[in-house]
Amino acid sequence: MSFPARLFFAWACFFRVLFDGAFAARANLVRDALPPAPAPVPEPVKEVKEAPKPEKRAPASIDAALQLLALLQREGRFVDFLEQDITTFPDADVGTAARVVHEGCRRALHGHGKVEPIHEAEEGKKVDVPSGFDAATLKLVGNVSGKGPYRGTLQHRGWRVVGLSLPEGLAGFDATIVAPAEVEL
Amino acid sequence: MTTLGIDLGTTHTAVATEGEDGSVVVVDLPQLVARGSVEARPLLPSFLYLAHESDGPQALPWDETRTFSVGEGARARGLDAPTRVIASAKSWLSHAGVDRRSALLPREAAEDVERLSPVEVSWRYLEHVAEALKHGRGIDAASADVVLTVPASFDAAARELTVEAALAAGLENVTLLEEPQAALYAWLARRGDAWRKDLRVGDVVLVVDVGGGTTDFSAIAVREDDGALALERVAVGQHILLGGDNMDLFLAHVCEEKLDQELGPFERAGLLFACRAAKEALLADGGPDAVPITVAKRGAKLLGGTLRTELTRDEIARIILEGFFPSVELGTQPIARPRAALRSMGLPYADDAAITRHLSGFLTRQATASGGEGPILRPTRVLFNGGVMKSTRLRERLLGALNGWLAAVGAEPARELEGAHYDLAVARGALAFGLARKGRGVRIRGGTARSYYVGIEGNAPAIPGVEPPLDLLCVAPFGMEEGSASEMQSAELGVVVGEPVRFRFFGSSVRRDDASGARFSKRRAQDVDELAPIEVTLPEGERTLGDVVPVYLRSELTEVGTLKLFAVPHAPKKDGERWEIELSVRE
Repeated sequence: MSFPARLFFAWACFFRVLFDGAFAARANLVRDALPPAPAPVPEPVKEVKEAPKPEKRAPASIDAALQLLALLQREGRFVDFLEQDITTFPDADVGTAARVVHEGCRRALHGHGKVEPIHEAEEGKKVDVPSGFDAATLKLVGNVSGKGPYRGTLQHRGWRVVGLSLPEGLAGFDATIVAPAEVEL
Repeated sequence: MTTLGIDLGTTHTAVATEGEDGSVVVVDLPQLVARGSVEARPLLPSFLYLAHESDGPQALPWDETRTFSVGEGARARGLDAPTRVIASAKSWLSHAGVDRRSALLPREAAEDVERLSPVEVSWRYLEHVAEALKHGRGIDAASADVVLTVPASFDAAARELTVEAALAAGLENVTLLEEPQAALYAWLARRGDAWRKDLRVGDVVLVVDVGGGTTDFSAIAVREDDGALALERVAVGQHILLGGDNMDLFLAHVCEEKLDQELGPFERAGLLFACRAAKEALLADGGPDAVPITVAKRGAKLLGGTLRTELTRDEIARIILEGFFPSVELGTQPIARPRAALRSMGLPYADDAAITRHLSGFLTRQATASGGEGPILRPTRVLFNGGVMKSTRLRERLLGALNGWLAAVGAEPARELEGAHYDLAVARGALAFGLARKGRGVRIRGGTARSYYVGIEGNAPAIPGVEPPLDLLCVAPFGMEEGSASEMQSAELGVVVGEPVRFRFFGSSVRRDDASGARFSKRRAQDVDELAPIEVTLPEGERTLGDVVPVYLRSELTEVGTLKLFAVPHAPKKDGERWEIELSVRE
């Protein structure tokens, strides 16, 4: 509805509600029955890609986390790496092992979803942040004060995972076993 | 009716179907990826794991009690329990030296493992595909119009066995399509009507398909038919068990030497993986000069035990380019090692690793396939297919070799057909063919890629040490079309009722001029290959046991794409009396 039309409608309603008791009662009923107005959509932040809004939050699933851990262990020896005490090893050994973990975990991650930066600008460059930016995708750090628009240095581009699909755990299997023990016969 | 294109590959299986908007969709197939973990992926590794009882059921969302698994989980299990994992079943399916219906896989399995026949393994792969389609997308594969691809080099028996596996898996409407043709269909579908600008009458398209385990060549000629462009497959190559896996194995072997350590199967598998990734990185344009290769040891302790070496660009050039794609002279034939007297019953892997020599051999063998004068077939366009061909350097290398030979015979250089989809083209092309059959698009003609012969022993007195002379009777001419039949009434054969009668069976991929019923001495024919023997048994019933019944042979090429042979009595006891001859018998 255009603004003049809305103004006229409000004007007419104002007087009818004020002077017509029956109309006021009916209008009140209608008003109660109306669905809640949708929250105002914030203007998308320039240079920041819009995040697909989740329909509803998925219930936190420990199973999915375990599946991910098992996947990273299977493909990239992730748990082995974290669980070994690396303090006594020289950097060359850590580096060699890191290649195994990096290559495998990266393959696992890329094979199951896409990880993309949230901000396209180069880190260390000055960027503009309009007022009313999406606080979920961008965080102000440092001397945070005043009202927008802001100007600052991009410290971290941020990451967003798109379309992650994890292996589906089957009923009857203990997901806490991220890697079974192995005995060679 | 839903149309499905299924690429039942030696190392991977993929399925394409039509999306709601008419686009081609490669279907993600749910499969076990690890114990208790199911994931849908576009490729189903063609591996089958026969679970040990300690593993428990190989549960799937649609079957909780399964005792075997197919796909990524089975492939991964191949690393740590190799004797219970079946790989390369498709190569066994085309191996005429064994009885392909007998339970012989896995070869190295212990006594207590229940083995499967190559046919059953293929059946299990297709069954998994059908179940995954139903579970994942609600597609009923049983009633769908299924186009199933086979290597162009598959002979009549291997094609028949593939259809047998498909029927066992519940796929009721199957049509076979040669893989290189499927690759061209995929390219045609991608180009749309523009292909008529890329190809002209007189062009010969060479399809070079180098997959994980096999290399397949085909030549497709562009002809004119009623003023329109028509495509005809004029030649196919021999079955070559050589592919990208051989290259990775060779690289892994080189790295193992450099590591100077004995590796276990687990480490070796990790090394193979690292070598494959390094090969792809080093063959890429502007890739690094060296790629580190790291191999983790088996235990939970990652640091300290992890081995490190590297592969360089120069090594790749030496190993892959010189080893698998060497420059060879015009007319070079692949090298065949002399056969040892005792040869294990393993797969007949190619003796010669040089793909350029195999290509040279194919072009020389098929010199006159599209009517040329020789000494080699002269392709004008090349379509590359298969994962190995993703590398620009390898494509350039093959094209360079080909153009060198063409220049030597004074022919124009061949050009690459751009826009190929190396990994999934066969599944996509199979779908495109399925749709083309319904009248939407151009079709490639060709018929049988071989002529087939039955061996008939001549009547000659036995001489010790001399084989009795053998005549070859052509039962199916080269290029026999689907839906056609021929009868060899002139050759009268006698079959004993109640006793299996066996014939020697032959094929040729170059004898284009033999008509059905043609008969000649085998000694005069150098260019025929012996295939697995064929057999017919006349049942008792109308006739008395031991009677000799005079019969003639009849051949039919079914719409499915398989060859059927029948023994037909000269004096039938009832209408349409005939007995089917079983292809591929072997003890």
